[in-house]
Amino acid sequence: MSSIVSYGSYVPRFRIKAEEIARIWGENPENIKGGLMIYSKSVPGPDEDVLTISAEAAKNAIKRSGIDKSTIGAIFVGSESHPYAVKPTASILVEALGLPNSIHSADYEFACKAGTAAMQNVMGLVDSGMIENGLAIGADTSQGAPGDALEYSASAGGTAYIIGKKGIADINRTYSYTTDTPDFWRREGEKYPSHGGRFTGEPAYFKHVLMGAKKMMEMQNTKPTDYDYAVFHQPNGKFPTRAAKMLGFKEEQVKDGLLTPIIGNTYSASMMIGLSAILEKSEPGDRILAVAFGSGAGSDAFDITVNDSIRSFNKNAATGVMDQINRPIWVDYANYVKYRGKILMRGE
Amino acid sequence: MSEVPRFWREAKHRYRLVGTRCENCNTLYFPPRDICPKCRRESVGKMREEELSGEGEIYSFTIVHDGLEQFKLQVPYVMALIKTKEGPLVTGQIVDCDPSEIKIGMNVRSVLRKVRTEGKSGILQYGYKFELK
Repeated sequence: MSSIVSYGSYVPRFRIKAEEIARIWGENPENIKGGLMIYSKSVPGPDEDVLTISAEAAKNAIKRSGIDKSTIGAIFVGSESHPYAVKPTASILVEALGLPNSIHSADYEFACKAGTAAMQNVMGLVDSGMIENGLAIGADTSQGAPGDALEYSASAGGTAYIIGKKGIADINRTYSYTTDTPDFWRREGEKYPSHGGRFTGEPAYFKHVLMGAKKMMEMQNTKPTDYDYAVFHQPNGKFPTRAAKMLGFKEEQVKDGLLTPIIGNTYSASMMIGLSAILEKSEPGDRILAVAFGSGAGSDAFDITVNDSIRSFNKNAATGVMDQINRPIWVDYANYVKYRGKILMRGE
Repeated sequence: MSEVPRFWREAKHRYRLVGTRCENCNTLYFPPRDICPKCRRESVGKMREEELSGEGEIYSFTIVHDGLEQFKLQVPYVMALIKTKEGPLVTGQIVDCDPSEIKIGMNVRSVLRKVRTEGKSGILQYGYKFELK
């Protein structure tokens, strides 16, 4: 059975408040804060992208693990905002992280669950004995069209997991559920995504997340009270809070992994970053239910048990995700659009 | 002219601060050198690659207000000389900071960032910059 050997997250320091976005578009910020449960979001700097975010997250994971990098036999990067349309993020990371060149590598895409698809693929290679350890990364610098509801949530961040045979948190089982559901999409060459408004709720997010969680608990013969923590994909604060309630989880089980209200929706990293925040404070024996959702649509569920090795795990070898979140540099809307490349420059 | 071949040749030291150490006199160089200027022919075949930790402190700095076109979105930005823990002085940008707060002696660590882009369709060049610890 494969296990999480180490984890590392990275959240850009720049942040913008919901009030500031609402001020520009003449909206009532209380509707956003109360309705979507989003208070602020992270903004990538002008020199940050999925490659740089992935590299920082992976460096944090490697530092904490203490493993020999030559034992890493795979690197898969899930994102919907890879810097190149053609040229893998994974190959640049191999050099940037100093990984061996004899390595399985690929970029993955499945809206917000490409990073968890990467985790499942690494698990398969570890369980089959093809590799000793592998890196699975979820990272995004997602964009929302100006004035769209997504502009309040679409943010940036990344998380990397090293998965191997012996780690700190055993992955007891994973389960995926996939249907053809057109809730959110971006056509080739389009800068901003489109979405189905309210259609993104019941037939998309809730159907797939609930199915992932319920089927997992059915297969594992567990119930919500068997878990110490639960973490779900977080397109906003409201959806995962409601999903948790519908499934029968209590607030104290989900609050530690719910980061979107402060950092926004980091897309491919959304559930993965929440899980990393939980691992930062978990104890041996803690059981975690984690469900990622990707539009289009599908869910990846994981049943995880933290083991005794977490006691000797060197988590302080890298900056924790909460420490990163707690040192924001606030930007106004003008700087936000400048950093995000929304201003047309000469020659463009 | 495209900078692809040059950038590709320098990628390792730009991505990961890989320098070279002369095994004759034990001096560490960054950027890497093929020959040790002190030991000259004695160093042939004795230059070994070594990765810097990326940790160091600000040795000196300047604030750039009139930057290159590529850095227009980032002005005013800080360029600094970093005294690395291992010894070599490295020039790099200090990111994610208020330039007025920068002081000599501050501790920094390296981060990987986008350094240049060749227009809209060219390659993206990544490399080391520094952030305050």
